[in-house]
Amino acid sequence: MHELSVAQHLIELACEAAEREQAARVCKLTVKIGALAAIVKESLQFSFELVAEGTLCAGAELEIIELPLVVRCTACDADQTLTDVLNFACPACYAPCSEIVSGQELDLVSMEIDDREIDEYAAADC
Amino acid sequence: MPPRIVELRTKILKKNDELARAMRADFVGAGLFATNVVSSPGSGKTELLTKTLAALRKTHRVAAVVGDLATDNDARRLAASGAPARQILTGAMCHLEAEMVRGALAEWTLSDYDFLFIENVGNLVCPTSWDLGEAFRVMLMSVTEGEDKPLKYPSLINTVDAVVISKIDLAAAVEFDLPLALKNIQQVRPGVDVMTLSAKTGEGLTEWLAYLALRRAEFIGLLPQTSPAASPV
Repeated sequence: MHELSVAQHLIELACEAAEREQAARVCKLTVKIGALAAIVKESLQFSFELVAEGTLCAGAELEIIELPLVVRCTACDADQTLTDVLNFACPACYAPCSEIVSGQELDLVSMEIDDREIDEYAAADC
Repeated sequence: MPPRIVELRTKILKKNDELARAMRADFVGAGLFATNVVSSPGSGKTELLTKTLAALRKTHRVAAVVGDLATDNDARRLAASGAPARQILTGAMCHLEAEMVRGALAEWTLSDYDFLFIENVGNLVCPTSWDLGEAFRVMLMSVTEGEDKPLKYPSLINTVDAVVISKIDLAAAVEFDLPLALKNIQQVRPGVDVMTLSAKTGEGLTEWLAYLALRRAEFIGLLPQTSPAASPV
């Protein structure tokens, strides 16, 4: 349910950046969401479309790149990707791993925009 | 003309993170130890905080803010401890954000207090990514919720500094398997501090209060400190 708040923050950021870039509209946003970020992808997509209405992001595509959970195994002295987020144990040596390297991301990576100068035909291609 | 790609590489919750960072700096400057209390609804946050405030205020200056979708019942319960307490009404919002907490604290002088407790909205998912500037985040789970609660909410438990198992006086009645619960907690969040208590009977409260005092002492001595909520990415 908090995906709505996340979508609001996302669109605010994107619209600010789009204004700064003097964009006619935002075509696409790319975000990275960690496996442990507590985000339901479908809920974020739905909220995004809803909040984007009437903004520069209206109709924009939201690309969600899902990042796996990576922890540090001090016993192996290596980073390990965990497929099971409910078991923080090294897949190689089974030692408990408490240090999260990545997997909590909620990042806006990039956006694709149409510039203001272009004509309506070009904008329709986007 | 193809669309132009603009690299942004920023956190989606940048505004909340920046505000939380500023609040954390203010808390540090004021020597105010802020605790963010998260749990599912009905796990006993308000009862524990009422007892905690009442006990701590004998020796320290304490205050609390509490977030709920509606009613100021919890603020009134907390205020019964004698400590100042303020209600944050979130409307439809399922979690507290830094801006709401800052608004609630606006009329208080931070350096007038040693401990601030922020009782989050009862929810084990939504508060996960929202840094409130706290120095310490604790998750409550009551024995009535079942031993597998930690496994159901791996995201949130991985942002907390400690887990409190509450309503331990009911453990026998609900056949709560404490060793299994502890095993589950350590499986999904290895090394996290765990305490058991009952706000009702007072069992474990002394240890809880001593633990808070210790964490505050560390906070004052080891400045600046980063909360786990602020560390990701």
